[in-house]
Amino acid sequence: MSFEVVARPHQENFLAWSKDKPQVVVLSADLTNSCEVGVWRDTYPERFFSMGMAEQNMLGVAAGMAREGLEPWLHTFSVFLYRRPLDQLQMSVAYPSLPVRLVGFLPGIMTPGGVTHQAIEDIAILRAVPNMTIFEVGDATEVESVIEIAHAIDGPVYIRQLRGEVSRIFPREEPIIFNHARHLSSGNDVSLLTSGIMTEEALRALPLIKDKGVGVDHLHISTLKPFSDPQVVQSVSNAQHAVITMENHSIVGGLGSAVAEVMAENGVGTPLQRIGIRDTYAHGASQKYLMAELGLDARALVTAVEKALGKSLGISDDELSDARIIDVHSSAKAEAL
Amino acid sequence: MVKRTTVPRGKDNDAMGQTGSAIDTSRIHDIAAGIRRRVLDHTLNNNGGYMSQACSSAELLSCLYGGVVNLPPADAPLLPKSFVGTPAPGGINRATGAVFHGAPSADHDRLIISPAHYALVVYAALIETGRLDEDALADFNKDGSTVEMIGAEHSPGFETTTGSLAQALSQSIGIALARRTRGESGKTWVFMSDGEFQEGQTWEGLQAASHYSLDSLRIIVDVNQAQCDGPMDQVMSIEPLAEKISAFGWDVHKLDGHDVDGIIAASEAEGSKPRALLCFTDPVRGLPLLEDRAPVLHYLRFKSEDERAQYQEAYMEMVK
Repeated sequence: MSFEVVARPHQENFLAWSKDKPQVVVLSADLTNSCEVGVWRDTYPERFFSMGMAEQNMLGVAAGMAREGLEPWLHTFSVFLYRRPLDQLQMSVAYPSLPVRLVGFLPGIMTPGGVTHQAIEDIAILRAVPNMTIFEVGDATEVESVIEIAHAIDGPVYIRQLRGEVSRIFPREEPIIFNHARHLSSGNDVSLLTSGIMTEEALRALPLIKDKGVGVDHLHISTLKPFSDPQVVQSVSNAQHAVITMENHSIVGGLGSAVAEVMAENGVGTPLQRIGIRDTYAHGASQKYLMAELGLDARALVTAVEKALGKSLGISDDELSDARIIDVHSSAKAEAL
Repeated sequence: MVKRTTVPRGKDNDAMGQTGSAIDTSRIHDIAAGIRRRVLDHTLNNNGGYMSQACSSAELLSCLYGGVVNLPPADAPLLPKSFVGTPAPGGINRATGAVFHGAPSADHDRLIISPAHYALVVYAALIETGRLDEDALADFNKDGSTVEMIGAEHSPGFETTTGSLAQALSQSIGIALARRTRGESGKTWVFMSDGEFQEGQTWEGLQAASHYSLDSLRIIVDVNQAQCDGPMDQVMSIEPLAEKISAFGWDVHKLDGHDVDGIIAASEAEGSKPRALLCFTDPVRGLPLLEDRAPVLHYLRFKSEDERAQYQEAYMEMVK
């Protein structure tokens, strides 16, 4: 299965979207080109604020601007939005519920930058922060359309954003919808809930799994908080054998945990398997290498389905190898990070 | 550059109009006396209070509320509302205690309070300047009240939630930058405590204000050289504070924090950089009894009936 690959979908989209919105300002912490807002800076210099490598201050400045009616869009790597300045994020931005947009790049294991650059527990931490809304995008269409649904929220928003070369999985005319999963296939054997880049990975294995006669009810989740889409309860309730979640994040506190909470609250007793980073840090290596090492790939999904059904599906590695390999030195990125 | 702003020789600090300023200094002295009196009264009635903060900052806050900050006028003293709930998306419960500072306008100044544990002193200053009803202190630290012990953005005089210290400066930079984009002429003031200069975020903020040449931003700091654990030079030294801030690109005025004329002169001096008024203060000024508790002055709770009686006597002297 292959998809159209779009280079830097955020760059041009955000530039055009914010053209006639004078209240939209961008704050950046020395990763401007890496977060695809270098052209934005050069186009709207009076609305661009370079804050340097000083994220605690940046979160506070954004809060002050939002109080005065501006709409700050912070662009940096995810880790620098919620790890170092978490107190500032909570007390200056989240408590007053200000419309500050945190556009976080490099979710999970998408960077060879290693543990310091890999946001593997951001959703867990930010789900626990009151007033936050959390989106995670899974393709170029969502990279583009998440901007509009974030803009519509009168409160703080965190976006797990993608950059560089991004597949277009969903049609352009089908934008992301707030708190509404994409229902990608129907079936009663397994309920599968995927988010972010794991949806594309799952879509590689699913035709092979379905060919073996397995019915998979597949939801692509893009709103992680709130997590109250009735389609989730319906899907997990109908699964005969298992519920499987798949996320580019720790299995603690992210999509898998959110689904577990919904299942428990609704009395759904089906076994749950959470595919994700198994409560460990990662390290500097390519995305493909880390996905295989940490068990986040198509093979991991096949194994989970086999466990659920109690039988082998006989799917070979060769059949699963049709994966898109992203060059670390892609020209669509400002640096190899 | 560090400036030592002092009042010219031969001028009477207590006389009105001697600085050439339009600000009525005799009123400022009255406000300061009222702040100490109210906070001591409250401390006596509640067997506890942030008394040394009132002693150190009474002149700072009386200057700020007495004319140094060009706040919009208040029509009448307001009664604080009960706590209605925490803010939530959609603008729910987002109203702040800035309403006690009057309706904001482009030409007027803003005043952001950073050290939230000075709340009692701020409330006393608001009462003394006719912005807060004097019955408000009856609600201090009471369940369901906004007159909280550690002020938050719903508390009178507050518009940010800065009990986790050093976060007001950054927010004020955001406010001042936004005001600059709108072409507003009013200044943005931040009242700070010296302990906040132990936090890294403060220096990030100083750096950013300088980078953006934010000359509309003013900080006034109660340098009382004391913090929760005791004297700052024992807990974590911040000196030479004036030289450090100056090296960050600010105009720094080093002042006696009880010298009203000096504070006014520094606030009205010419300058084109962000400005810091470092007001060195005496944490027992106006209440020498407190000296017996040095060096731990952060919070006053009476150790005996005898001690309370001594403070009661001091209060009676104040109201004479």
